[in-house]
Amino acid sequence: MEYFLQLFLGGLSRGSVYALIALGYTMVYGIIELINFAHGEIYMIGAFMGLIVAGVLTSLGWPALSILAIALIVAVLYSAAYGYTVEKIAYKPLRSAPRLAPLISAIGMSILLQNYIMLTQTPDFLPFPRLIPELAFMDRFSNYLGTSDMFIIVTSLVVMIALTLFIKFTRMGKAMRATAQNRKMAMLVGVNVDQVISVTFIIGSSLAAVGGVLIGAHVGQINFAIGFLAGIKAFTAAVLGGIGSIPGAMLGGLVLGWTESFATGYISSDYEDVFAFLLLVVILIFRPAGLLGKQRAQKV
Amino acid sequence: MKAKWFVTVLAVALAGMLAVGCGEKKEEKKAEAPKQEAPAAAKKLVLGVAGAQSGDLASYGLPSVNAAKLVAKEWNAKGGVNGMMVEVLPMDDQCKPELATNAATKLVSEKVSLVIGHICSGATKAALPIYKDAKVVVMSPSATSTELTQSGSYPNFFRTISYDLIQGNAAANFATGVLKVKKIAVIHDKGDYGKGFAESGQKSIEEGKLAKVVMFEGITPGGVDYSAVIQKIKASGADCVLFGGYYPEASKIVVQMHKKGLKIAFITDDGVKDDTFIKLAGVDAEGVYATGPQILADNEVFKKAAAEHEKEFGSAPGSFFAQGYAAAQTLLNAVAKAGSTDYDKVVAALRSEYVETPVGKIKFDAKGDAEGVSFSVYQVKDGKYVLVK
Repeated sequence: MEYFLQLFLGGLSRGSVYALIALGYTMVYGIIELINFAHGEIYMIGAFMGLIVAGVLTSLGWPALSILAIALIVAVLYSAAYGYTVEKIAYKPLRSAPRLAPLISAIGMSILLQNYIMLTQTPDFLPFPRLIPELAFMDRFSNYLGTSDMFIIVTSLVVMIALTLFIKFTRMGKAMRATAQNRKMAMLVGVNVDQVISVTFIIGSSLAAVGGVLIGAHVGQINFAIGFLAGIKAFTAAVLGGIGSIPGAMLGGLVLGWTESFATGYISSDYEDVFAFLLLVVILIFRPAGLLGKQRAQKV
Repeated sequence: MKAKWFVTVLAVALAGMLAVGCGEKKEEKKAEAPKQEAPAAAKKLVLGVAGAQSGDLASYGLPSVNAAKLVAKEWNAKGGVNGMMVEVLPMDDQCKPELATNAATKLVSEKVSLVIGHICSGATKAALPIYKDAKVVVMSPSATSTELTQSGSYPNFFRTISYDLIQGNAAANFATGVLKVKKIAVIHDKGDYGKGFAESGQKSIEEGKLAKVVMFEGITPGGVDYSAVIQKIKASGADCVLFGGYYPEASKIVVQMHKKGLKIAFITDDGVKDDTFIKLAGVDAEGVYATGPQILADNEVFKKAAAEHEKEFGSAPGSFFAQGYAAAQTLLNAVAKAGSTDYDKVVAALRSEYVETPVGKIKFDAKGDAEGVSFSVYQVKDGKYVLVK
């Protein structure tokens, strides 16, 4: 039973990592139906920015939690600017093009950003400072769950709830839903579609940056390629939960994390990915739109 | 209007990149042009050095280039090899098999008959058939995959480093003989190198019968979290972990093991015996054991070569410098003894002539492995790898 609990909580923490990245992914898809492959790279850029800020502030001798806060804020601003610019450069000119065109453009953007960071920063792995201090009351549970695991789980939950409320109840949220339903119609009734899409990208990129800093501090190392691997897992989580659905991204991430954790614990870690993707296939056979996705006619 | 502005900026940026790209290419061609003429003049002996010279594994490949340059300089100061001036021709493969075949084809087409390289086992394996067909003698300072020599498929291949089978045995013997652990969990990263190391370690432990292998599993490289596999190690009651793979995964596993309160011996391989590992794992790196090529600290040739490197390049030599230096020495010596670059004569000379190198006094056996070269065990102490005596 203890072993089961350990695996369960390990899967929960791993799943929250996936969910945190998947939330931004799925939000962009939900509004403009674009699989934003550059999302993983924005996450990586956020992590690099966090590392730079943390490095400077650590050398100035600031306390860990305030460094974390400042690093998060700077990384969010920086990544948001990146997300905004990427949308303007790579996706906006292709808005009326066939759906494959922006997809290719997104892949190109992802490769461009990855190589840009590799060339301008470093191809090496960099140690990320452990910005999340070990809280004393978590000591008893350290066998099950660390403080940084806790931080990530709570952050993903808060982000999920806040996003859901934002989209349901605010003016901008309504405009987003309108844009998602029918872009032309929304434009006709006076929604500034360009602005809505820009805001979507800014929010999505900010979430990626939060993920980058927290996960960087959790794992303890970053390099230019982390966005690619994280992007694949997050994309899987988003599809599993129903791409476009915000609670779905959370659920998909957790289900993926648990599957991997239990597959490793009870069978063999050699087959971790096999079981994760087997589950994905099975779920998509029975629920093609994902666990919480809306079943609707496909626009082809 | 806004969109147009962005497009303009992008266009300018792209044009700039193109211009830079073209400029670099031209320079490259200029630099290569005289080398192409070199074999025709027959006054020069071109020594190809292939391996990772850019990308994330460049730190493994560049020291060999420096080593080759130093050895070439030494010979040239003495009037060259049989009157031929030695010239070093570096060729980058980024440790990628597909680029390695390109590099090999390029070297072969430039009529290079001696190559130091490649650095990574996978890349070496991909490039070897091309060299074999062209009768080029290849000597790797760092490719440790067992089959490269032991399969007997590549009579043109030599190396100045020992191989995985020996390395796995060294790690296993250290665990059972020196640390005297009883239950060992063997973990690897599913790659050629890591799995090869783990398998030979497992085999050696099972044959030794001094300890038990309680689990043998591969992990997914690049993962964010290895807590499940760590809980499994904990549940298995292992008192030692043997890990085959590279430093990014090793550092994550060690850090997370300590977070979960699992503080048992961690023995790993040469892919982790890199200072980056210590940087990444921080304090958690303390006490980790890693096997690495034996470097005799009191080896006179190594001391002299390291001092030369310091003088020429202004820094301490990096990974596989000693092995690269030895490779350059033995190759050039073989040509000098053979009297020509004739393939059969050079190979025969490599197998019969002893040379004093930074890795000891060596010659090569029939399969291409250097005799007398082995692995030692190192441990992280105060942020540095030190030899375990």
